[in-house]
Amino acid sequence: MKALQLHHELTAIWRTEPGWRGHLRSVNHSDIGKRFIVAAFVFFAIGGVLAMLIRAQLATPRSAFVGPEVYNQLFTMHGSIMMFLFAIPMFEGLTMYLLPKMLGARDLAFPRLSALGWWCYLFGGTIIVLAMLAGVAPNAGWFLYPPLSGRTYTPGINSDVWLLGVTFVEISAMCAAIEIAVSILKLRAPGMRLDRMPIFAWYMLATAGMMIFGFPPLILGSILLEVERAFGWPFFDPALGGSPLLWQHLFWLFGHPEVYIIFLPAAGAVSTILPVMARARLLGYGAIIAAIMALAFLSFGLWVHHMFTTGIPHMALGFFSAASALVAVPTAVQIFAWLGTLWSGRPQMKLPMLYLIGFFIVFVLGGLTGVMLAMVPFDAQAHDTAFVTAHLHYVLVGGFVFPMLAAAYYWLPHVTGRQRVMRIGEAAFWLIFIGFNLTFFMMHLTGLLGMPRRIDTYPEGMGWTALNLLSSIGGFLQAFGFALFLIDVVLQIGLGRVHRRNPWGATTLEWAMATPAPAYNFASLATVTDREPLSTQPDLGVRLARGEGLLAVARNGWRETMVIDMTTGAPEHVAILPGNSWLPITTAAMLGGFFLSMLAGLYAVAPLFLPMVAWLGWRWAWTNGYHEDVGPLDAGHGYRLPPSFEAERTTGWWGSVLALGASATLFTALLFGYAFLWTIAPNWPPPRLIAPSLAVPALASAGAALSVVTARQGRIAAALGGQAAIVVALVLLLWWAPAPTGHAYAATSAAIAAYGIFHAGTAMLILAFVAARARAGFHSPARSGEVRIARLWSDHGAAAGAFCAILLVVPGWLA
Amino acid sequence: MSTIDPAGPYARSVTGLWWVMLGGAALLSLLVFVLLALAFRRRPDGDGVANPRLWIGWLGLAMPGAVLLPLLGYALVIGARTLPVPAEDAVAIDVVARRYAWDFGYPGGRRTRDVLHIPAGRPVDLEITATDVIHSLWVPRLAGKMDAIPGQTNRLRIEADAPGTYQGECAEYCGTGHGNHGFVVVAHDAAGWAAFIGERAR
Ligand SMILES: [Cu+2]
Ligand SMILES: [Cu+2]
Repeated sequence: MKALQLHHELTAIWRTEPGWRGHLRSVNHSDIGKRFIVAAFVFFAIGGVLAMLIRAQLATPRSAFVGPEVYNQLFTMHGSIMMFLFAIPMFEGLTMYLLPKMLGARDLAFPRLSALGWWCYLFGGTIIVLAMLAGVAPNAGWFLYPPLSGRTYTPGINSDVWLLGVTFVEISAMCAAIEIAVSILKLRAPGMRLDRMPIFAWYMLATAGMMIFGFPPLILGSILLEVERAFGWPFFDPALGGSPLLWQHLFWLFGHPEVYIIFLPAAGAVSTILPVMARARLLGYGAIIAAIMALAFLSFGLWVHHMFTTGIPHMALGFFSAASALVAVPTAVQIFAWLGTLWSGRPQMKLPMLYLIGFFIVFVLGGLTGVMLAMVPFDAQAHDTAFVTAHLHYVLVGGFVFPMLAAAYYWLPHVTGRQRVMRIGEAAFWLIFIGFNLTFFMMHLTGLLGMPRRIDTYPEGMGWTALNLLSSIGGFLQAFGFALFLIDVVLQIGLGRVHRRNPWGATTLEWAMATPAPAYNFASLATVTDREPLSTQPDLGVRLARGEGLLAVARNGWRETMVIDMTTGAPEHVAILPGNSWLPITTAAMLGGFFLSMLAGLYAVAPLFLPMVAWLGWRWAWTNGYHEDVGPLDAGHGYRLPPSFEAERTTGWWGSVLALGASATLFTALLFGYAFLWTIAPNWPPPRLIAPSLAVPALASAGAALSVVTARQGRIAAALGGQAAIVVALVLLLWWAPAPTGHAYAATSAAIAAYGIFHAGTAMLILAFVAARARAGFHSPARSGEVRIARLWSDHGAAAGAFCAILLVVPGWLA
Repeated sequence: MSTIDPAGPYARSVTGLWWVMLGGAALLSLLVFVLLALAFRRRPDGDGVANPRLWIGWLGLAMPGAVLLPLLGYALVIGARTLPVPAEDAVAIDVVARRYAWDFGYPGGRRTRDVLHIPAGRPVDLEITATDVIHSLWVPRLAGKMDAIPGQTNRLRIEADAPGTYQGECAEYCGTGHGNHGFVVVAHDAAGWAAFIGERAR
């Protein structure tokens, strides 16, 4: 009886409101995760239709099906959609849905942030697809190389759609990455030490880390290219001291890890599903974690393997060639760990396993061609041909789509609570598997026979005709396969019979709950003593539902979940999570207004949206916290833990650390660009440098010192003044600098100053917020968490501001 | 147009590398697929846990290491051999790519468009740049490709064994005309080359 009452009370606190309000205001991770998955699949279908149009065009020589203008939009949109609107959001959705359940938590660390990410993704993706329907889709290839993507050669808004739309979507990816990392580090079941984490969490921790350090350079590149297009700042124009190669470095520099960012979550799904199918424990848990970390680290050192033919010296290429080939080692460790796991158990040929076999075959072949392409002389032949297209599809479809299909069949019973109805999934598998190999195996050969990628048609007599026809037939088989998969899923949702709990006999915590999952996941939280909680405690699900775990209370209408010590897994404090809210969707709408007015060329209107975003951010933060001391809460089992607003190191603090880490990465990439142009680009040194001045950097440094010292003494007004001094100093430098449109030196300098001004300005906003909160009674000696967070941002603003001011005058001194 | 039907020393060394890698890849994939298939054979219960030393240590770590290091060395040597190092009989030709044509300039001042004349049996160093967007010069039967980038000059060495004509193309996407941005390479015998270059050079 107590269990039922607890269920009702928790549902009242956690539920999503019915009707359209629920759709707009929900912040629940299961809702957001499912939305991401559904939308990503819709975009996958759109990208798939584009692929079919491409294959129809290439099926015969001298085809007049679509002209080159349309064709260029087709392949650019196919690539962009599959990378940015399908693959990344798909694993984000899967992770958002699964992760808290696997970790034994009730939600993610920042529920409103995931909702914001969802709306940014939806709005950004919609902008891109609508542009395609309007015939102004991006058409410069999915990696958008300038000068082709620049204003001279793409005068329409096509490239702007890519730059603005994709950046909008990347905001969503950054939100998700911070969210996922903090949730894994802090929001786990008590007792779940790092070495007891489900392997999927390790994969996602590495992925989130790679996103935090991988996406900022891509975002920076997009900002610079958009500024060049909109305002004529010449970052990429060699006539004015820029270099088209700067884009390639920024795009691939950290944008390359994207491939591994897509592969790792899928590999995480494999490592989770495969042992269950094999009825064995995963072989080499520790070795796999080491392999994941090695992969994440190595993948940052091999961006140049996309640039082997750009004229980089051969010795440098040798280094990147070795790094690229070495990535095969941690990959092989995982492959053989999985094979060993299969050998340890008695594997069952259930449907998810069938898709895993497809993954093995396709991904191994893709990996082997990857090693071939890492060899510089061979790459010089195969680069930018159909061979590379074939390789990347083997890696991405093999390494992502097949595992995701396995994951779909494995976790659908969890999402729907139902079983499969007919054996359509097997037929879908064979169509997809045969169709895929027919399409892309042939393209290896077409590429070796000299067919470049991205050509809209070709003459007869090149030896490419029959191969292309076979590829196209394979492509259509594949499309039928995916249609069957969709039908299968719809049938399961509509007609499937209700199944018993944990149909696969899995050992991870997501199966210790009712399916479909209740809004609060667990009525009480598990205590974990080993890596496979459901094998040692088979009745755990029932006991948690009965309220025998921790936090088995519904109090004050609070959404409570446990925060633990990162390494030991000891309970630390209780997170009070925010409930459903208008803030995510309105904030995303304001950001959308900014991006749309940029797209429309209304450069005077666009900045007006930013104060609105700042105001919403203020409101957002204002709803956190509490206005009186509550003291430790009863968490059950004898634990008395403080609520999050009385804790020292909150999830918000960790989130801020990661956000600032991402920002610092973006700044590092900007400094890299500055140094790169200075040393490599033609037309340096620039005609005029910023005049050497001692007073301005001194002003900025004094402001920074003042801000750092006074923020620690609690003199917020003085700290605010320090940040203001930094802003004044940097604005003065901008004033004295040569016009940013004249030379890449002036343009990069202005970008550096803008970074400093933005961060000092943000610090001012946050300091003002803290002052207002203190006046409103939100702070006490116990409730000082947000003061600590503010200090983090203020210190960062101070350091960045002083550094920028000094850096900008140094060239003038040296000249 | 085929890279596995080479007509010059640089393309030929890469073709050799390709066949070696294809053989190795075939063996390795066969190994994995056989291990995968054998995992599903019927076994008595309680067969025991697989040995991590064998699977992860030997197969996962040592084996790829042993394959990759010699391969890297081999590829590095081949790569170094295709570099445009100074050579007595080398001919320098400058190449300007643009949408959508290729302009070639020869020693002595002669220029041609969309037809590249070279002497057969001698190394030819192409000095490649572009005036508008990025293109990439590629003659699959003679050598690997090299990008043509505005604002910088890249060098690529090609060589044809024998007189004849070879297809060249643009390998970097450069806009609507990318599919048609090709050119022809004409390799002359010694007399033909002298006649070609001598017409105005003298
Ligand atoms: Cu071209
Ligand atoms: Cu081209």
